[in-house]
Amino acid sequence: MIPCPFEYYAPATLTEVIALLECFGDEARILAGGHSLLPAMKLRLAAPAVLIDITRIAELRGIAIEGMVRIGATTTWSEIERHAGLRRAVPVLPEAVEQIGDLQVRNRGTLGGSLAHADPAADAPAVILALDARIEARGPTGGRSIPADAFFTDMLTTALAHSEVLTAIVIPPLGAGEGAAYVKYRHPASGYAIVGVAAYVKLTGGQVSACRVAVTGAGSMAVRRSKVEQAMLGSDGGAQAIAAAAARAGEGMDILGDLHASEEYRRAMVAVYTRRALTAAVERARQAI
Amino acid sequence: MPTITVTVNGTTHTSEVEARTLLAHYLREHLNLTGTHIGCDTSQCGACVVHLNGDSVKACTVLAMQADGATITTIEGLTRHDELHPLQEGFWEQHGLQCGFCTPGMIMAAADLLRRNPRPTDEAIRRGLEGNLCRCTGYENIVRAVRYAAEKLHAATGPESEV
Repeated sequence: MIPCPFEYYAPATLTEVIALLECFGDEARILAGGHSLLPAMKLRLAAPAVLIDITRIAELRGIAIEGMVRIGATTTWSEIERHAGLRRAVPVLPEAVEQIGDLQVRNRGTLGGSLAHADPAADAPAVILALDARIEARGPTGGRSIPADAFFTDMLTTALAHSEVLTAIVIPPLGAGEGAAYVKYRHPASGYAIVGVAAYVKLTGGQVSACRVAVTGAGSMAVRRSKVEQAMLGSDGGAQAIAAAAARAGEGMDILGDLHASEEYRRAMVAVYTRRALTAAVERARQAI
Repeated sequence: MPTITVTVNGTTHTSEVEARTLLAHYLREHLNLTGTHIGCDTSQCGACVVHLNGDSVKACTVLAMQADGATITTIEGLTRHDELHPLQEGFWEQHGLQCGFCTPGMIMAAADLLRRNPRPTDEAIRRGLEGNLCRCTGYENIVRAVRYAAEKLHAATGPESEV
């Protein structure tokens, strides 16, 4: 299978990328690791006339931890997985990344590419939502920082404007009393999440003072579960509180059924995996005091 | 047509390629390195695994253009001084192949795995080869072959080189 013909550009600067995006409009697509876009192009599900490869731009790659954790858009999964500082600052991220695809996919695929692609069954969106990360983007009029909460807007659709490039992901490191976990019901062939849940919990004086829960794989995009979060707040984070909160995870949620899992089954699994994610997150928060 | 320069198995090539040329096709059709197999063509089977700047990648999911300036090793480049690589020997000794179609990719993926983790557990070997499908062996002898190579490499280089 061979993609439709296209023009290929590999600019050295972000300014050139934005100029190319403005020049070619919606005929152009950005290419990072290419592990979502190239398969789609080979199947002719996508046929952009222009590809703009951003992986030759040095400033878009790498991990810096200076107060906040900052991950360049074209940093690969493998780089994230093996970064010792990330293991300490936000262990949930490399742990989730380990569960993505296979070694070769992780050697090429990128965090920024995955978020910009916004696959409804990708793992990273749930983790990014639970960690309250911010997504940085650059466009013709300058840069802006988008809260994860406002980033995913629909299936395969984000808040990025057409001539904007995702440049970095900024994540607050986990501190005392904070814990996060990601658990996933992995499709045995594709590795994508049939249901994936990321949970973040903060304990203050033995009580849950902050909580974020995000679900991927179940609907058209990764979403926060505010009813679960509200139910956890003020509780002791014990098994009963978690069970009561997690039971609400599928409530009012738009869930898709497909060949692999029916809507009803996915809704049930959303509750089960939310319970597991919260249990692990609380346990870690307790250890982090 | 755009031009790329790549170093494959130690030889530098400058080639004109259509932008949509996949690395797997470039290696097979432009350089006649047909050891890189194309199985599924959908990034799943791993028959086309090669090393791109040292990392194992699926050559059916990389554009030749993306490899411009890169160093590539294919299965043909794994043999040194006419001697089989310990992984190649392991697949031979442990009967790690039947039809052999998946073997080049399997070996290239295993080489990346052993470089990162010279003494993998059986579980780590299985996990490291998640991206490679074999329809003949049932994987058991492939795991044995990789273990054989790990032991042979360990015996040859000694534990101190693993630090």
